[in-house]
Amino acid sequence: MTGAGGGGVAGAGILARLALRRDRIMLPAWVYVITALVAGTAWTFRKAYTAAARAQLQVTGSQNPAIRFLYGKPYASSVGGLTAWRYGMWASILASLVAIFIVVRHTRADEEAGRLELIAAGVVGRYAPLTVALAVAGTGSAALAVLITAALAVLGLPVPGAALLALAIAAATLAFTCMAALAAQLASGARAARGIAAGALGGAYLLRAIGDSAGARGPGWLSWLSPLGWVEFTRPFAGNRWWVLALPLALAAVSGGAAYAVAARRDYGAGLLPGRPGRPQAGRLLHGPFGLAWRLQRGALAGWVTAVVFSCAAAGAAAKGVGSLLNSPQLRHVFTSLGGQTAITNAYLAAVMSMAGLAAGAYGVTAVIRLRAEETGQLAELELATATGRIRWALSHIAVGAAGSAVLLAVAGLASGLGYGLRAGGLGTEVPRLLGAALAQWPAALAVAAAAIVLFGALPRAAVAGGWTVLAAVVLVAFFGPLFRFPGWLLDISPFTHVPKLPGAPVHATPFLWLALAAVLLAVGGLAALRHRDIG
Amino acid sequence: MKILVGGVMVNAIEVRGLQKRFGPVRALNGLDLTVRSGEVHAFLGPNGAGKTTTLRILLGLLRPDGGEARLLGGDPWRDATALHRRLAYVPGDVTLWPNLSGGEIIDLLGRLHGGFDPQRRAALCERFALDPAKKARAYSKGNRQKVALVAALASDAELLLLDEPTSGLDPIMEATFRACIEEERRVGRTILLSSHILAEAEALSDRVSIIRDGRCVETGTLAELRHLTRTAIDAELVAPVSLDGVPGVHDLDVVGLRLRCQVDNDELTGVLRRLAEAGVRTMTCQPPTLEDLFLRHYSAERDVAGASR
Repeated sequence: MTGAGGGGVAGAGILARLALRRDRIMLPAWVYVITALVAGTAWTFRKAYTAAARAQLQVTGSQNPAIRFLYGKPYASSVGGLTAWRYGMWASILASLVAIFIVVRHTRADEEAGRLELIAAGVVGRYAPLTVALAVAGTGSAALAVLITAALAVLGLPVPGAALLALAIAAATLAFTCMAALAAQLASGARAARGIAAGALGGAYLLRAIGDSAGARGPGWLSWLSPLGWVEFTRPFAGNRWWVLALPLALAAVSGGAAYAVAARRDYGAGLLPGRPGRPQAGRLLHGPFGLAWRLQRGALAGWVTAVVFSCAAAGAAAKGVGSLLNSPQLRHVFTSLGGQTAITNAYLAAVMSMAGLAAGAYGVTAVIRLRAEETGQLAELELATATGRIRWALSHIAVGAAGSAVLLAVAGLASGLGYGLRAGGLGTEVPRLLGAALAQWPAALAVAAAAIVLFGALPRAAVAGGWTVLAAVVLVAFFGPLFRFPGWLLDISPFTHVPKLPGAPVHATPFLWLALAAVLLAVGGLAALRHRDIG
Repeated sequence: MKILVGGVMVNAIEVRGLQKRFGPVRALNGLDLTVRSGEVHAFLGPNGAGKTTTLRILLGLLRPDGGEARLLGGDPWRDATALHRRLAYVPGDVTLWPNLSGGEIIDLLGRLHGGFDPQRRAALCERFALDPAKKARAYSKGNRQKVALVAALASDAELLLLDEPTSGLDPIMEATFRACIEEERRVGRTILLSSHILAEAEALSDRVSIIRDGRCVETGTLAELRHLTRTAIDAELVAPVSLDGVPGVHDLDVVGLRLRCQVDNDELTGVLRRLAEAGVRTMTCQPPTLEDLFLRHYSAERDVAGASR
């Protein structure tokens, strides 16, 4: 490819520097987080599990179809084998989501916003933006592969297995990177492009989940159709099948090639899939700031609900016979001596509920952060120039966030109750019990979202980064706090520390009242600050 | 439409000594602006002069660091929502929610505003040739601007704040826009029209304020402003004449019997007498266009910029 004739990659070097400048915080942060998840899991399996416990875990993991649905099959009981089972596929999913976001951000989103028009008018080849997006996301995958290999090697795992696991994750990510690039060429809007690519990822997960959870006579071959299944089939630390890496690489080459082929033919700003026309008049729901906030946020909420339904139903179904999955034999002993098999199951379900709580908190933060996006996008200006006051405007999005997180938790409780009740029996008691346990997370989720409101009101420039930082801190405390024995005050910072471990634990009203009070005070403080600052 | 506070008619907009800084940048530096009720007031200045900052303060989006601003008899910061029921705003750079259609946004803004006329909306969509079924992401800059304009014009607001409203419109739509503004003026709405398009201000406005570096440098009717300025003379004479050293003569250019110059209006009589003495074959006199006013106000700035280069 040359720069002549508009077809080449001229200017890609400059654009790549621009892209890396724009992603200089997000990209490394995600690479570190995913590496930390994989390495942290390996560390846990090495420190907190005896060889016998790991063997037991492998047996349970292989036998329980719901666990196979969630994580796939464990092929070895070694530290490396269990790490690959627990986080090989999930790290690929996280990394692929980041890659999809990055690729669309530097191609279709820029094109839709008109920024690419400015760039394309320069000495910039037709393929340059596409190439740069692939290069930036590919650099991230490569860095991830290097870091995971190094981290696992440092932890004393066999280097070939570590390298294969890291490469399997990177190759799957590359496949979704290239599919996202193709989606960005096909769809005429960034949202649709992200939807197509994320849908492909979700489809890959479901194919693999059905294939993996199928019994001996079931459609196990379905997993072979999924790029996420290929991550498992490389079998790192359990036979190391290097040749499987060829599958994601081939898929990447085919979809990447298709993306270039479409880019060579299509018009600027156009996609191959037509955009749908809208309504010529506003419906009755689109009335007032609350109607608008709902309209703007409902699509995202639908996505969250779908994800929560699937994961919580599967997690609930996995609860039956989960005993040996639960950390160390010592811990098991504590639980069984306290309350027998039910206590272990309850502890597992309580862990699922705190995951749901974190998800609801994360959703609340995204709903609040939307306010900042509306403000910087100058859409708030349009709305605030009408009879809508800034407090009502802010409350409209906050209300969607608060109600949405309640909906997510209710859905989480219902789905896990159904999943568990249908497999273990006792549907009539399990559903209301888990619904209550899930909704008990609501005040804590609100408190996290309220912290984002304070940031939005008082430090608007830091609202987005700060909101995610608060969330990341809460997640870190929840995942690693007890394991690494964080000091008490550090654990107490997270609102989720104060939620009773339901189902199972005794319930008092006090922590809920304090959490609700904290959420309200934070929200009021944030809104008070919003009253006194400049907009825009 | 009269604005009465305690039975006394007040100006629609009254700004005194307005100050606004963004970090080290002084966006407004003691700005004065008066817009009388029922007039079309042009708010002129180059990019970065502080027009949009002033409008955002008037909307209560930004809080001034100093000075005083009154809008429709109220405090734009404190009474923002109450005042916004009585005004409509068209931003200079219209951004819309990409997944909503233009028609949905017009209806939404009308409902948020608290009063709007569906028949006027339909008529305006037709006049501006706007397809309301298109999603906002598919609109061009001009069409996005039309969406905001239709929403503003279909409202029953007594004050329209328009920030460079025609910057994306084609000439036909610009003519439609002018016709609309003319109708609004007849109905008695007050309009503040920020612009750097002088022909637009000249065609539409009753009064003009020119701002530069966050300060108002000139304000008045076009006639008043012209009074302060020069007339361009282009004459063919019978006999040569020397105007060197005559007070009030600028940019003198003599080629044979052809003479061109700019004359301060106060000194016009003396200069014409000198020309008449020499004998005049043909002559055109032109009142200064707003262009001239404008260039004069910014030439000082440009000289400084040129000297520093």
